[in-house]
Amino acid sequence: MTKPPRTLYDKIWDEHVVEVRSDGTVLLYIDRHLVHEVTSPQAFEGLRMAGRRVRRPSGTLAVADHNVPTLGREAGISEETCRLQVEALEANVREFGVPYLPLLDDRQGIVHVVGPEQGFTLPGTTVVCGDSHTSTHGAFGALAFGIGTSEVEHVLATQCLPQRRSRNMRVRFEGRLPPGLGPKDMALRLIREIGTAGGTGCVIEFGGSAVRALSMEGRMTLCNMSIEAGARAGLVAPDETTFAYVEGRPMAPRGAAWEQAMAHWRSLASDDGAAFDLELCLDVSDLAPQTTWGTSPEYGLDITGATPDPAAAPTPVQREAWARALAYMGLEPGTPLEGLPIDVVFIGSCTNGRIEDLRAAARVAEGRRVSPAVRALVVPGSGLVKAQAEREGLDRIFLDAGFEWRQPGCSMCLGMNEDRLEPFQRCASTSNRNFEGRQGRDGRTHLVGPEMAAAAAVAGFLTDVRRFLEA
Amino acid sequence: MERFESLTGIAAPLLQANVDTDLIIPKQFLTTLVRSGLGRHLFFEIRYDRGGLELPEFVLNREPFRKASILLAGPNFGCGSSREHAPWALRDFGIRCIIAPSFADIFFNNCFANGILPIPLSLPDVEALAEIEGPLTVDLAAQIVSGAGRIWRFEMDPGRKATLLEGLDEIGRTERSLPAIEAWETGREGQRPWL
Repeated sequence: MTKPPRTLYDKIWDEHVVEVRSDGTVLLYIDRHLVHEVTSPQAFEGLRMAGRRVRRPSGTLAVADHNVPTLGREAGISEETCRLQVEALEANVREFGVPYLPLLDDRQGIVHVVGPEQGFTLPGTTVVCGDSHTSTHGAFGALAFGIGTSEVEHVLATQCLPQRRSRNMRVRFEGRLPPGLGPKDMALRLIREIGTAGGTGCVIEFGGSAVRALSMEGRMTLCNMSIEAGARAGLVAPDETTFAYVEGRPMAPRGAAWEQAMAHWRSLASDDGAAFDLELCLDVSDLAPQTTWGTSPEYGLDITGATPDPAAAPTPVQREAWARALAYMGLEPGTPLEGLPIDVVFIGSCTNGRIEDLRAAARVAEGRRVSPAVRALVVPGSGLVKAQAEREGLDRIFLDAGFEWRQPGCSMCLGMNEDRLEPFQRCASTSNRNFEGRQGRDGRTHLVGPEMAAAAAVAGFLTDVRRFLEA
Repeated sequence: MERFESLTGIAAPLLQANVDTDLIIPKQFLTTLVRSGLGRHLFFEIRYDRGGLELPEFVLNREPFRKASILLAGPNFGCGSSREHAPWALRDFGIRCIIAPSFADIFFNNCFANGILPIPLSLPDVEALAEIEGPLTVDLAAQIVSGAGRIWRFEMDPGRKATLLEGLDEIGRTERSLPAIEAWETGREGQRPWL
């Protein structure tokens, strides 16, 4: 009898089933667990109280990223609660024998930048972290999803998680992205289409010619944002682009093991005829640069668009939500996005803090000046990204243009450290969330790609990056 | 883990869509090293003004909702960040049950780990519940919400239901499968030696 065709998600899932339990849940084996300072202290404390150990330290990697300072960290962390949290992580990794990249190590950075860089993230694996943007690692054809602290404790103790199978969704992006646009625009366009709950209960496999054409870093940006569509995870089937990225990474297999791994990884694609519960296809050929206008990633528009009128909302709940978002953002209905004055520009985060993002922003910034009205920060995603950028002279381009060049971390994406918006400041940000208060109380976030962020910094207002390309 | 069987209490309506976990508990309270004490910071930015005074229009600052144990919420409740600080803050405030048209996946999972019952009911049902004056009763075993003489039935996965009814220690339960985990790992070493 022939096996029924399976999706990529089905294949990874099936391989990791340890046990099907009487209540229908599956005990799923977890290959890779990333740990950071904010969502782990209570989990380690739970282990300590129960007298448990970390079952598989070699499948675990810890790094501090969420609350760390992005300037002058050699002098220590001045915010006391942040310092105590990093110290707690350091004490915990020592006590439980978990591999750790210290704050002053060159390899330190945002967990979702570090995992791929180190070759810790590999195709066909299951990857979890107490952070919703764990979906980033799906770019490698790994089943990667965010978990809560109780689940962090569960994985530390048992290397497994009780799980229920998600539904299969496929999103194909076809066509060729126009110049000046990137994977962030694809992600924002998709979320605009299906909403922030559009992927709830699903794992989204991304495919199509425009996804195949993306670099690994671009695929990471796309998968990173799949959580903003509500999806459990995003996935891209591994291919030559994937293998070329992974080969030679410090924790990647070598020699005979590499050949063996490759043989397996080549089988990681959805079978012809595999059934998807939901399918969607978007053509990116005429895509315009995307910007959000409100306080949910689904409130996206072409940069040429204008804010909506709540009176035109399809439901009363949406009418209220749009009105609330407009009021929070300090915008009237019908306001064109282009030309909105900006106070702050943030380039960085697990969405857009990798070397290609910095190169894309630097291409726009080169030879130009940040508007005097704007404070612009560039925060590399890791120490290795920072070092690479400095080898390429990108730091000089940014500094000469008037950007701040900072040390790696999550920074103003969530503002747990000092990097926050002041009340009512408007920010063009390459991060992933524009929620109320996300970047600072009463701060107003417009999500954009790195090219658009750099263009806004120079112009002093939201603008269409395509104009900069023509110049 | 804490058990959940049934509950009778005040239900506070907060029906806006897409309430994210940043709104439930903002970043400045995530540096805690413990699970407790977050209730006073719940919904901080819409509950207090800049001087730290209560905003009188916010539902949890009004009687009788200060003592609410049930939250009536809008679609896609708990979206965004995976922070378990969100259910910790709700639980610490006294919320044991959330009724909403839909929940974000990670938040939904996190609720069960903290003895909070998230109940999916349609928006018209949640709106009808919000109209009821006086307490609501939630009976998990019977899968019923009732109030003012009316009854609403809800769906619940049997495994999740058992977890809450029995207050199971999830890690302890997985540890009972240790022989299967070890056997799986041994098999994996032969098949995928690079991992």
